[in-house]
Amino acid sequence: MANFLTVRGVERRFDKTLALQATDLDVAENDFITILGPSGCGKSTLLRIVAGLDRQTAGEVMLEGRRIDGPGADRGMVFQSYTLFPWLTVRDNVCFGLRERGMARAEQLDTANTFLAKVGLRGFENHYPKQLSGGMQQRVAIARALANGPRMLLMDEPFGALDHQTRELMQELLLGIWEAEKKTVLFVTHDIDEAVFMGSRVVVMSARPGRIKLDRRVDLPHPRHYSVKTTPAFTELKAELTEQVRVEVRAAQAAMAAAV
Amino acid sequence: MKPLTAVDPATRITLGISFFVLFVALWAAVTFGGLVSKTFLADPWTMVLSGWNLLAEQGFANDIGMTVWRVIGGFLIATALALPLGVAMGAYKPIEAFFEPFVSFARYLPASAFIPLLILWAGIGEAQKLAVIFIGSFFQLVLMIAVTVGNTRRDLVEAAYTLGSSDTSLIRRVLIPGAAPEIAETLRMVLGWAWTYVIVAELIGASSGIGHMITDSQALLATDQIIFGIIVIGLIGLVSDFAFKWSNKHLFPWAQIGR
Repeated sequence: MANFLTVRGVERRFDKTLALQATDLDVAENDFITILGPSGCGKSTLLRIVAGLDRQTAGEVMLEGRRIDGPGADRGMVFQSYTLFPWLTVRDNVCFGLRERGMARAEQLDTANTFLAKVGLRGFENHYPKQLSGGMQQRVAIARALANGPRMLLMDEPFGALDHQTRELMQELLLGIWEAEKKTVLFVTHDIDEAVFMGSRVVVMSARPGRIKLDRRVDLPHPRHYSVKTTPAFTELKAELTEQVRVEVRAAQAAMAAAV
Repeated sequence: MKPLTAVDPATRITLGISFFVLFVALWAAVTFGGLVSKTFLADPWTMVLSGWNLLAEQGFANDIGMTVWRVIGGFLIATALALPLGVAMGAYKPIEAFFEPFVSFARYLPASAFIPLLILWAGIGEAQKLAVIFIGSFFQLVLMIAVTVGNTRRDLVEAAYTLGSSDTSLIRRVLIPGAAPEIAETLRMVLGWAWTYVIVAELIGASSGIGHMITDSQALLATDQIIFGIIVIGLIGLVSDFAFKWSNKHLFPWAQIGR
């Protein structure tokens, strides 16, 4: 089977610093890939290049055989920061991309209702983003991205700003949606629990300059219940990844110390 | 009192009004008490009487109407031209690079200094008055609108692109609506400045308007009328400010949340 998403020799330099070393990554359709690594390892850069929001200095990214050279509605994105448009209601935020495509208003509302129901936000259609909690805003952001019918979903630490309890609920919610909808997802995080729980494949990146140092399948069965986090298979994988990430965090700190 | 602690609305209004009362009381004390000669400063009561006389006998309402018309006219023309240019500069950096240095220079040119030149070019008719207000507000508006639009949150821009926005729809659906409340706030502020320009324009070479009445009164040493004129300007300014605040609040309810 041909790859759904292909990252070939993608490298990113900022002036003299190499943020991302020539990286290869192949993603199959409907896979949920979590990208794990220390801060500043270039994992967000990689994601932003796939989104078309950042440009690689070498290499190329192909989605279903087409070269990516800019952002587009075929790759929905959920950011760590709250990016709902504050002047639009929850409903109109979800309709934003649909209207951009020229969809009829009645159909837009229908779609918005469907996806708001999926993220459990029926009844909040007329609220403005600032009237919602952070977790609710991210749920709307997920609904907004999904309603647009993208080929894949890119998520840049979408739960990074949420408190621990909300974050765990959001993980279950997103995983439930993914199990039902089967989307291809690239999910960047620095939370190892999250990476293992959500991912069908975990990719660990090294300290700057970033490169992929480990690529592990997660063979936990679906649907996954939060109790899977206490199973031996989960803890074993988590221990291994913790070790791997720890080495990289130390390397990053050493590099930082050396630079001072 | 504690720093930055809010006061309840009733206290707020009472405090706001008490200073007005204190101010008038002080004014009454120095004038009625004979501390200041009537030639230099009329007392409040004389001011009220001659204000009434101005309105009832001397057609001052017409002057007020003229001044309001000039401010609104000049300000609307400036706004109509400043909005598209400001948005274009905020959105497109080459356009900003082209205009910004000149506009920054032009906004420090004092509008009142143009009056002699404008009289030469446009006479002492309405065009000259409008031109003074235009010069005084246009450049300020352009710069402030450009900065506001240019400060649009980059993550919102990126979100719009990933939802399929084109460049033009980004401007129409993200940059403009996002900047709108702050632009409305800018308009409110610059309208206040336009009021000072119109009076200056009317002090020199005008045959009607509040400023004209003030110059006429100066020749008669009628400080009561001058003060009345100034207070009228203040009141109109206050009313337009309230109107602006009220409409901004209702036009952009989302910008009020969490304030």
